Amino acid sequence: MAQQAERLRRTMMFVPGNNPAMVKDAGIYGADSIMFDLEDAVSMSEKDAARYLVYEALQTVDYGDAELVVRINGLDTPYYETDIKIMVKAGVDVIRLPKVESADMMLQLEALIADAEKEFGHEVGSTNIMAAIESAEGVLNAYEIAKSSKRMIGIALSAEDYTTDMKTHRYADGQELLFARNMILHAARAAGIAAFDTVFTNMDDEEGFYRETKLIHQLGFDGKSLVNPRQIEMVNKVYQPTKQEIENAQNVVAAIAQAHAKGSGVISMNGQMVDRPVVLRAERVMRLAKAAHLVDEEGNNIEE
Amino acid sequence: MEINKTAIAGTLESSDVQIMISKGTSGIQFEVESDVEKQFGDQIRQTVTDVLRQYDVKNADVKIVDKGALDMVIKARTIAAVQRALDIVDQPKWEVL
Repeated sequence: MAQQAERLRRTMMFVPGNNPAMVKDAGIYGADSIMFDLEDAVSMSEKDAARYLVYEALQTVDYGDAELVVRINGLDTPYYETDIKIMVKAGVDVIRLPKVESADMMLQLEALIADAEKEFGHEVGSTNIMAAIESAEGVLNAYEIAKSSKRMIGIALSAEDYTTDMKTHRYADGQELLFARNMILHAARAAGIAAFDTVFTNMDDEEGFYRETKLIHQLGFDGKSLVNPRQIEMVNKVYQPTKQEIENAQNVVAAIAQAHAKGSGVISMNGQMVDRPVVLRAERVMRLAKAAHLVDEEGNNIEE
Repeated sequence: MEINKTAIAGTLESSDVQIMISKGTSGIQFEVESDVEKQFGDQIRQTVTDVLRQYDVKNADVKIVDKGALDMVIKARTIAAVQRALDIVDQPKWEVL
């Protein structure tokens, strides 16, 4: 879990799985995670072609450090099992299952993944999974879903289906999503996995996008699913720590180093004891600062 | 394997390639349309031929309209087209992947 928690997942960019231009260029925008979509972005008649395209791309294209995710078709579709087999064979990092409503759905997915891992000679357990929550049932079961498997790396809210299920639609202020967001976030935190917020589709409403991103950042989400590469920079800007946060984190890190040098288990800063939550927060600030290129690998300020 | 039906995969969008495979009688016959035919025509034919060989397809007419596709796209589209032409869309041939 500790290792999983360390990965930054601010941005998960959707890439239509049957679009060669977008699939080949997906790595150049600096998304933390790239999510190739075999589900809604691919028409019924092209499901097979999209699978092969994503498969070949995963074999040949260098996506750098990005986490590679594939959204497969749902359990109630005829594409589900073959999607799983091909993507396990491709060695994708994470399989994202849509419309998850129970832990059983994740366990079924896990069993099929394990079969495929054996069949193709991959280490059993090497493929991670995540769940998209898109209904009232899913939201109420978020915690059991989040805890369903050791392979789970995160859960995501998918607001279009969810708001329809709730007999509402999306509003600018996001009030209709407050309960779902908090359920998903708490489930993720209690299970020690990542929480992803839903997409924001109106590309013309930059102000609205920032408002929503600031809200989910404040709540504590790891990041957001995105439909347009332009949004990556905007999310990263919201998640970028302030100068003061970085200075404070650097002081904490220095205090830790000093305590280690003295062989002391107790970390103190300005005469005050530094407790564990403060250390964890400082470490996260430093990771975000490094990702935003505000500090170098050693945590030193980069001169402007 | 005998190709008995005509199948197409891919689109005419930039970075894609459209591959049409139909029944042939005298080996693999190509018709290639590409802006980079001079530089990459042979490579495109080779990639398609390699895939067809793995499906043991010896006779086929292949029409290729290339819109600047990478090799991996050509391979992916050829696999989709052959699977469709052989009517085995739901049974991927794992050893080809």
